[in-house]
Amino acid sequence: MPFLELNNVVKSYGENTVLRGIDLHVDKHEVVCLIGASGCGKSTLLRCVNALESINDGDIRLEDDVVSGEGVDVNALRRKVGIVFQSFNLFPHMSVLGNVTLSPIRVLGVSRADAEEQALALLKRVGLDHKAGAFPDQLSGGQQQRVAIVRALAMNPDVLLLDEITSALDPELVAEVLNIVRDLANDGLTILMATHEMSFAREVSSRVAFLHEGQVLEIGPPEQIFGNPAQERTKEFLKKIIEAGRL
Amino acid sequence: MTQLLSPAPSARERGTAAKPADATNTVLLAATIVFLLAASLCVYTAILLVSAAKPGLWTAVLAAVALLLILLGLATAIPLVRGYRAARAGAAALASGDVVSGRRLRFRGANSAWITLGSSLPVSIVSVFVLFLLANNHAVQSTFFDVSFMAKSLGAVSKAFTVNIIIAVIAEVFVLVFGLVIAIARMAPGQAGRPIRWLATTYVDVFRAVPSIIVIYLVGFGLPLANVPILSGMSPMWAAIFALTLTYSAYVAEVYRAGISSIHWSQVSAARSLGLSHGKTLRFVIIPQAFRRVSPPLLNDFIGLQKDTALVTIIGTVDAFTQAKTYASNYFNLSSVTVVAILFILITIPQTRFVDRLLERDEKKQRLQG
Ligand SMILES: Nc1ncnc2c1ncn2[C@@H]1O[C@H](COP(=O)(O)OP(=O)(O)O)[C@@H](O)[C@H]1O
Ligand SMILES: [Mg+2]
Repeated sequence: MPFLELNNVVKSYGENTVLRGIDLHVDKHEVVCLIGASGCGKSTLLRCVNALESINDGDIRLEDDVVSGEGVDVNALRRKVGIVFQSFNLFPHMSVLGNVTLSPIRVLGVSRADAEEQALALLKRVGLDHKAGAFPDQLSGGQQQRVAIVRALAMNPDVLLLDEITSALDPELVAEVLNIVRDLANDGLTILMATHEMSFAREVSSRVAFLHEGQVLEIGPPEQIFGNPAQERTKEFLKKIIEAGRL
Repeated sequence: MTQLLSPAPSARERGTAAKPADATNTVLLAATIVFLLAASLCVYTAILLVSAAKPGLWTAVLAAVALLLILLGLATAIPLVRGYRAARAGAAALASGDVVSGRRLRFRGANSAWITLGSSLPVSIVSVFVLFLLANNHAVQSTFFDVSFMAKSLGAVSKAFTVNIIIAVIAEVFVLVFGLVIAIARMAPGQAGRPIRWLATTYVDVFRAVPSIIVIYLVGFGLPLANVPILSGMSPMWAAIFALTLTYSAYVAEVYRAGISSIHWSQVSAARSLGLSHGKTLRFVIIPQAFRRVSPPLLNDFIGLQKDTALVTIIGTVDAFTQAKTYASNYFNLSSVTVVAILFILITIPQTRFVDRLLERDEKKQRLQG
């Protein structure tokens, strides 16, 4: 039984159908990368999994329990599914520690002392424990994104969604963020990530899914997708990526 | 190549040096004329002022004012003199071929002339104002600025002014809370929230439309007349607080709402994705950020509220204005009302400066963030 399942998921914004029947299964401890042209629906897909967007058809299941549609406790779902955004979205009026401990304290009911202890341990892991008292605008983009990852991890999610988390970073800051993702993947965290970092996707992912016009056109192990794609569209996309020097 | 490098001064360059082709002279001339006009206005006013004074202590005070006026008028000559000096030095430098420092000096000269022009205007306005006070055998001054009468009414008026302050402060606290409640109600989520949104919107529409003087009148006289339980027993002061809270909560709700909707939706996404409910997202993430942004417009509304406390006079609350009017009608002199005006100015100006500072700070911050 797959850990996270998307079955025939359809999502439209008014007339514009963005996801046209997505089928995607993610097993526990798997790292699945979503690749595809900008606007093909990667962010929308991730936001649907996290119930930040409602879906129009199909269903999403977590451990075989339907987590989409009416009557679902979205706050309970979001405790299990963490998401990190391209633009960090840290809370600017809170310190790093405040950002990380907010939801453990206010949602899980953890005591402040325990939450801070856990937060500091996590921050230490990403090399930012010395920035616990800093505010987001005092950090570099890479540091902000690392804090955002820690903030999601502080809720102990079962699956982590990463939406192009390095796309807003200066090139020299990309590695420090990807190193953390690599660590998390090695630790066995289930990860579903949209990315344009093809060589990283090739290195860490168990499987790569190529999205085209709101559908999973091709999915398979990275060697297959990058080395010997079956679909013409996938080849075209990868060719453009290679031309841009990104692979 | 050699041609380009050789610094042989061209005929055109020498020509420029001989006859400076800038506006410095024109500006200096204009500044001189304006200075002469303003200074003579000041002197004329000062002479009138001294001759209008009755003998006694007041002569000394008025003489001091007159002297100040003359000094102000003459002070505008200082930059003018400096300007002439710089311009002349500039012309000399140009003549000797030092184009760069010549240009710089002439620019300084023109700039000084502009300073004279700029300061002549306010000095003239002050003079005209003093002339206005002196007009008609200084009737204007004695009606609005009778200093001894002002001093006499000051005690009672400022004591009554504490009523205005109490009304304002208590109403502001209520407005801060009630306005937020309305703003949140206007954003009640989902289908179930629609009637609440509708109710809050109606409230805001109504109370922004009705002039506060009418709300005060209706609350102050209407509630006791209708014998509304609890509310009819209110003292006029509490009625005033109640009425101002009703009106200003509508304004402040709009301020809050603008502040809340100015927070980027990605902040909501981030908070909700961490499992925070709608209410907790508002409470911990959105409202604290909005609060910082709304403080300048909020303070502006509060200044409006403070001024509107003078309206409570119509329902018989004895505030500073009521007190001043009593004095005014007993002595046929409005200077006691001027005292109230001055008191309002005194409490308002520090607040407006504070708002300016806040806005400046935000602007700087935004510029830093790019
Ligand atoms: N909130 C929204 N409202 C309307 N259209 C949207 C919204 N979000 C995304 N879209 C549209 O959905 C499509 C897919 O967007 P997105 O999921 O962001 O693509 P990707 O992340 O792959 O670049 C785009 O055409 C975009 O214009
Ligand atoms: Mg995207």
